[in-house]
Amino acid sequence: MDFQKLFEPKTLAVVGVSLSNDRHPANVVFNKNRLRYPLAVYGVNPKGGQLHRSEIFSRVSDIPEKIDLAVIAVRADLVPEVLLECIESGAEGAVVISGGFAETGNKDLQDRMAAIAREADFPLVGPNCLGIYSPEYVDTFFLPSERMVYPAKGNIALVSQSGGVLVDQMINMADEGVGLSVAISVGNKALIKEVDLIGYLSAHPKTDVIAFYLEGFEKNGGRDFVLAARECGKPVIALKSGRTAEGGRAVSSHTASLAGDYKVFSEVLSQYGLVEATSQFELISFCEALSCYQKPIGDRIGIITGSGGHGALAVDVCASHGLSVPRISKALQEEIRAGLSRGVQPIAALGNPIDLTGSAVDDDFMAAATCLSQSDEIDCILTLVLPYSPGTTSDLGARLSRIYLREGKPMVAYVPHLEKYRMLIEGFELNRTPVSPAIEGAVLMAEALRRCQPC
Amino acid sequence: MLNQEIQDILSRSKAWGWVLEPDAKRLLALSGVDVPQFKYTDQVQEAVEFAERIGYPVVLKVVSPKVIHKTEAGGVALGIDNKIALGEAFHRLRGIEGATGVLVEASVPGVELIIGSKIDYQFGPVILLGVGGTGVEIYKDTTLRMAPIGPEDVLSMLKSLKAHKLLEGYRGAEPISLTALTRTLTAFSALVIALSESVTSIDLNPVFCSASRCVVGDARVMLE
Repeated sequence: MDFQKLFEPKTLAVVGVSLSNDRHPANVVFNKNRLRYPLAVYGVNPKGGQLHRSEIFSRVSDIPEKIDLAVIAVRADLVPEVLLECIESGAEGAVVISGGFAETGNKDLQDRMAAIAREADFPLVGPNCLGIYSPEYVDTFFLPSERMVYPAKGNIALVSQSGGVLVDQMINMADEGVGLSVAISVGNKALIKEVDLIGYLSAHPKTDVIAFYLEGFEKNGGRDFVLAARECGKPVIALKSGRTAEGGRAVSSHTASLAGDYKVFSEVLSQYGLVEATSQFELISFCEALSCYQKPIGDRIGIITGSGGHGALAVDVCASHGLSVPRISKALQEEIRAGLSRGVQPIAALGNPIDLTGSAVDDDFMAAATCLSQSDEIDCILTLVLPYSPGTTSDLGARLSRIYLREGKPMVAYVPHLEKYRMLIEGFELNRTPVSPAIEGAVLMAEALRRCQPC
Repeated sequence: MLNQEIQDILSRSKAWGWVLEPDAKRLLALSGVDVPQFKYTDQVQEAVEFAERIGYPVVLKVVSPKVIHKTEAGGVALGIDNKIALGEAFHRLRGIEGATGVLVEASVPGVELIIGSKIDYQFGPVILLGVGGTGVEIYKDTTLRMAPIGPEDVLSMLKSLKAHKLLEGYRGAEPISLTALTRTLTAFSALVIALSESVTSIDLNPVFCSASRCVVGDARVMLE
């Protein structure tokens, strides 16, 4: 099954546009694509007529061009008929926005629709979904553009069973400066499931990391999912809801009682090297880290800080996330000390955390980060930057990132996210060093690299 | 994978939905999982002869389609070290509801582990390893992997138990045999894959692991 046209269509049919209600989901999709995307958009309504001075076609087959993607937003019971019409007129794929299928008990209707698509080898996303946002190609989300927050273009593909959670994640990504390659709301997954998308996205050149929000799988669907994820060659992150909905069932064996649904999910994901996030904050931290680095690392963290307190807090968080902060060798400490400015040399504590003190200037951070990057005593550098220190300038982010670009040792940073520190933060982020507004977030970024073992 | 004898065991066990212990032990032995020497009998004389042949102490357990949790039903007699004690225990166990006979087994030394499996709806057959014995649901020190598993999975499972230091030779104790544990878990994994259409879950608990062997003390196989 070829998904290419779903994500990069040149012609779009929107079936079910209303001639009287411009807030209808189909009209939102019709309008935003017609006004903002480089593709030909055709509205379909059995009554024909005009919408915003565009001709509306009464049938998909009346459209003069071959349709790459059809967005179907008609009443559930009419969907199978529309779908057949799309297939017969040579359309290449469809997104079914409409609800009223399995989620409301109409499993038969959903199965009938899926069977039609499967029979014709016709890619179908949904039903009961937002569909696809493919930057610069198409946006089938029935949410007006002015209400949405679009992250920058980037290398993370986001796949979600819930449209609402997907939109939330896009907001968080935009907030944290994490870029998106494509976003897909899969809804009821009548035909196209997460595992099918792993297949497509593994060969998608713009995607380096695939992140999922999952609710549940069909029978053996989890097995297929982890096997595909292991084969795909890109880091896969997953956040699952319903983690606490177990217990209370009477079971006749210890194993059945101990191996609850969530425990199985969680342990099997880590067995196959997928990175499980347990909150939206973790998800976004993992996405940001893995968007920069896709190679696994060991667990030894070197911390560089301008404040002893920040260093101590970071050590605690590292310990609770299974990361170590080993004391570095005397030789390495002396090497670092030799590179420090005269005022800082006698007062800095260099065992790890490397506390450069409030007197540190940018060059001291550079000296410490360079030595750690070249040393094999640690696997990842965690830099805690306090932009309010008088010796810290806005250039520090871009300068430290250059050490990574030169030496190749992963670096993550904590910087308080205030508008006035924006240039410092962008100096890191635009040069492939992930930045978190929380110490815990920065530690999570290092943890993501450690946990993503087969990637 | 499933030979005729295993299929026969499964089909005659369907009547009560789980596999009686002598059959479960036979099924495991046929699959390359180590079990103690045992004798299933309803004759006390046969029980005595068997015990004398393999040597005391022995363990006696009730076999009854009505008794799935033997400990709770008073259906287990441990550390039987002479003929008189054996006779007493035998008659007591024979009196338990539905008893068809008694299982006499060699006592096996070792740390008690649990090895289990369940056919998960989303992930299919999964393998569990943990600290076993009667306190298994209190300690909950367990880890899971999707089947099939290989030797490298066994090592990572062992490492992920809180009790791994106890198993690797704590305070002068002999470590358990990683070779035997690996052989047991990989053979069990292959069995579970073969049985995945027929069972819902399996408990091997306790599994006695020592420096030389891993031997299944008790087995509960719940059928589909």
